[in-house]
Amino acid sequence: MTTDPVTLISPSRSLPRRDPALPGRLAWLAVSLLLLWPLLVLTEFRPWQMLEARSLRVTAHFLAGFLPPALNADFLATVARETWRTVAIATAGVSLALLVAVPLALIATASLSVSSLAGRMAAGPFAVRQATRALMVALRTVPELVWALVFVRVVGLGPTAGVLAIGLTYGGMLGKVFAEILESSDAHPTRMLLANGSGRLQAFLYGLLPQAAPELTSYAIYRWECAIRSSVVLGFVGAGGLGQQMDSSLKMLAGNEVATMLLVFFGLVALADAASAWLRKSLR
Amino acid sequence: MNRGVNSGRPGPSLRLERVSVRYPGAQSAPRPALQQVDLQIGSGEHVVVVGPSGAGKTTLLQVAAGALRAQHGRVLLDGEDPWSIGAARRRQLRGRLFLAPQVPPLPPRQRVVTAVLAGRLPAMSLAASLRSLLVPLEIARASAALAPFDLSDRLFDRVDRLSGGERQRVSLARALLAPARLWLLDEPLSSLDPVRAARALQTLREQASLHGITLVVSMHQVELALANFPRAVGLRDGTVSFDAPSSQVSPEQLRWLYAHTPPVPPPPELGPEDLAGSAAVPMMWR
Repeated sequence: MTTDPVTLISPSRSLPRRDPALPGRLAWLAVSLLLLWPLLVLTEFRPWQMLEARSLRVTAHFLAGFLPPALNADFLATVARETWRTVAIATAGVSLALLVAVPLALIATASLSVSSLAGRMAAGPFAVRQATRALMVALRTVPELVWALVFVRVVGLGPTAGVLAIGLTYGGMLGKVFAEILESSDAHPTRMLLANGSGRLQAFLYGLLPQAAPELTSYAIYRWECAIRSSVVLGFVGAGGLGQQMDSSLKMLAGNEVATMLLVFFGLVALADAASAWLRKSLR
Repeated sequence: MNRGVNSGRPGPSLRLERVSVRYPGAQSAPRPALQQVDLQIGSGEHVVVVGPSGAGKTTLLQVAAGALRAQHGRVLLDGEDPWSIGAARRRQLRGRLFLAPQVPPLPPRQRVVTAVLAGRLPAMSLAASLRSLLVPLEIARASAALAPFDLSDRLFDRVDRLSGGERQRVSLARALLAPARLWLLDEPLSSLDPVRAARALQTLREQASLHGITLVVSMHQVELALANFPRAVGLRDGTVSFDAPSSQVSPEQLRWLYAHTPPVPPPPELGPEDLAGSAAVPMMWR
């Protein structure tokens, strides 16, 4: 080597002594901690109270009522029927939610924008995407419990109210997260397909979907799991399923019946977990 | 080889008139990515664009493809300005050209057959593309397109099982299937070994000549470029430095093309001798 390339760089000038991003990061950490403290005070977060003798006694007494789980044939038959209904509510609700979410997510995803190929997204498409986002915000702003109370008045007591409630709220949630999953995938393949004259849906199918399929699937299944739990709460307001059964058992202080139903929930959630793991593996 | 719907029509001519591009995020950049570029490429012509990194080769191809809009000047494809026509016409126009970026645009989990057939999407209906996603519709065609690039045996492998060079060749095989009449290839040989690079270049030029396709290629390998293309455009600092038949490009022109006026320090290459002695090596690298 005739001239050492390194001599061109003067280390004192071009190399800062410290990572220039460090002060900013430390400042953000400090600000977050400062904000967190008053929040804990405000919420009266004192977990050590749970370990006081009186609290422990109350808890133990309550939990003792759960044992042994109720296993008489009549009750089990009821639980089986209501479990099936709960699964049906959750599945129908999430299916409805998917019907709402998929089109909304595809409209909202910025990497499927043809106009932004040229540089900046055009005003019209930008407004449509913002409006879609706002619609999804509105859908999930209303908790499914409130939707259920509304629908129970409209369609009467029973599972239909639960399905509609889950469909709307979860449609908003799934749509938002689907759009975010799609936007966090590598946009390069999609944008090249668009630049070479493919349609938006074609670009989605051949550019985004192969990358995002496992994430989309596992999130949809996780939402199904949440819908199972949610349908319990909805059952409390008369939307049918295991929740309604649990409500009456709790009111009758039949802890052992509640225990049986919690075991069933455990099974359902574990099932969703296994299905998700299996699907992720087979889509990988 | 059986070609797309536009087969038979001559490749479009390409014309850039005083095109200037500055990237929106780079207002502080010392100069625009392209400034006042005039270029005219005839129907079916083969042109190579050479120049150092950052000279504007990629920007030039993107502007020519209607994938990027120039702030000043205009682009004409067969006399048609892609930015003065409606969105539907523009999409049709984009379907008639094929822009291959330097980084192969292939989703890692996709199979090679699907990735290659994606080149045909502009000529496929939505229903057909959905069906082809489940069961590839034109396996024979995909295989035929991969054959000249030595990849037909990888048809059903996933893209993430391929090496960088193989991915690049898959992305070039897409060109052979695209219903495009203008190929804009950005550094198509950057990850290929010399033998494969020469062969890929030969395939691309043969197929383009055979079907009357207009071909614009950007390249770093100057010797290969000048030996294979009848016309060369030298790009430097966003402007056209020369535009001449390859045989007339002089060594001085090439030296000027690659001589950097502002001395950009090359990255330090740490050989053992650097680590051992040179006082110029900063403390941190020792």
